Amino acid sequence: MRYTFNFSGLAPYWEMFLDGALMTLELTLASTIFGLILGVLCAIGKRSRLPWLRTLCGIYIETVRNTPFLVQIFIFYFGLSSLGYTMPAAVAAVITMVINVGAYSAEIIRAGMDAVPPGQIEAAECLGLSRPRIYWHVVMLPAFEKVYPSITSQFVLMMLMSSVTSQISAEELTGAANNIQSITFLSLETYIVVAGLYLVLAVLLKALFSLGGLVLFRRRRVVGRAARETARATRTATLRRTAAPRQAA
Amino acid sequence: MDHFSSAQFLYLLKGLGWTLVLSALSFVLGSVAGFGVMLARLSRIGPVRVLAAVFIQGIQGIPLLVLLFVVYFGVGIFGIDVPPLAAAGIALMVYVSAFLGEIWRGSVESIEKTQWEAAECLGLSRWQSLLLVIIPQAIRLSLPATVGFLVQVIKSTSLASVVGFVELTRAGQIINNSLFQPFLVFALVGGFYFLLCFPLSKWSQAMERKLNVGRR
Repeated sequence: MRYTFNFSGLAPYWEMFLDGALMTLELTLASTIFGLILGVLCAIGKRSRLPWLRTLCGIYIETVRNTPFLVQIFIFYFGLSSLGYTMPAAVAAVITMVINVGAYSAEIIRAGMDAVPPGQIEAAECLGLSRPRIYWHVVMLPAFEKVYPSITSQFVLMMLMSSVTSQISAEELTGAANNIQSITFLSLETYIVVAGLYLVLAVLLKALFSLGGLVLFRRRRVVGRAARETARATRTATLRRTAAPRQAA
Repeated sequence: MDHFSSAQFLYLLKGLGWTLVLSALSFVLGSVAGFGVMLARLSRIGPVRVLAAVFIQGIQGIPLLVLLFVVYFGVGIFGIDVPPLAAAGIALMVYVSAFLGEIWRGSVESIEKTQWEAAECLGLSRWQSLLLVIIPQAIRLSLPATVGFLVQVIKSTSLASVVGFVELTRAGQIINNSLFQPFLVFALVGGFYFLLCFPLSKWSQAMERKLNVGRR
């Protein structure tokens, strides 16, 4: 059987696609900011000296990481509404996304903080830095810089995961696609277009995060510039060396 | 209104069984395809390498949910009535192959170059050195990440519910529609997933610690 694609049938609905994409970005932005805060707090809690706080954070992280996002969102949206706490789908979506990404980023940040060599902390103590300053300058910031790539890719994954919130009828990109395909009956075309849009969003987000890395971390800029300068210096040095014998001859 | 009874519990257990079937199916098929992706990614032919990289980046940039819809409706246009298990299986296979291909490429490339050179000195062909020398070492390195990804696969099968495949999550939804006790039902569903995933996560973490891959 032959199938003729009809993408032009979707053109009148471009505004719905755009609105959906914007909603996806808004969900992602909100869950990135609050998820990061939650993640940092939980990472600190997981490394705390209080056993009950460690256990609590551990239970939270393991529960979220070992259950599907779809089930989490059902528990949150339908479960809470059965108890009388009703909320708009978008709010439930953001809260569940924050809870979800918070657990993942907590684990990533904790790993980064654990990887700070104890010698550096001892050195900072010897220099007479106060505890909070050690925590901030020696543990927190270098750890964050170290895990920045993995944490940002977690946020890109979160953006893709936000498609699942269409299942509680949040009007983001996939939700928009569900609506459009039920109006036009062009199911395959709709989802191909949406797949392309997600791809564009993912590439855009990745580029944005790597740019953000350059802005955030001065060390990266300096090291990058130094590497470029060294490369140029070696290049000219090699040129001179290869040119020299010829001059002698 | 009905109450949650053993009948509903058994129905959930049946859904759990289908979750296991779908996870196993997509993991096995995805591993085979993922091995192919890894080979393509390591190929000495430039265009093949680029194609594999584009495939991986593409699949990793599309949500599994959308991929499921594309496969479901895409196979549907051929006029065949697709069983949901097949649609979900194919979509998950593609998804798994992209991720496993990339994980395995990483572990193969982290084996020192001297191992390749030593194998070549022994007169092994490129294919032989890969199969006999490199992969046996790379498997050890890749195992934690692979098991970790298996956890992802099990969780991802919950999305197959959207194309009407009655696995654990869908079974929960069906029961909830008649009982309307979402907290109880979905907590139970989540608990089942946890029982499946938690031991695997712990196993993966234990292997990682043992190998100390992170500090290499």
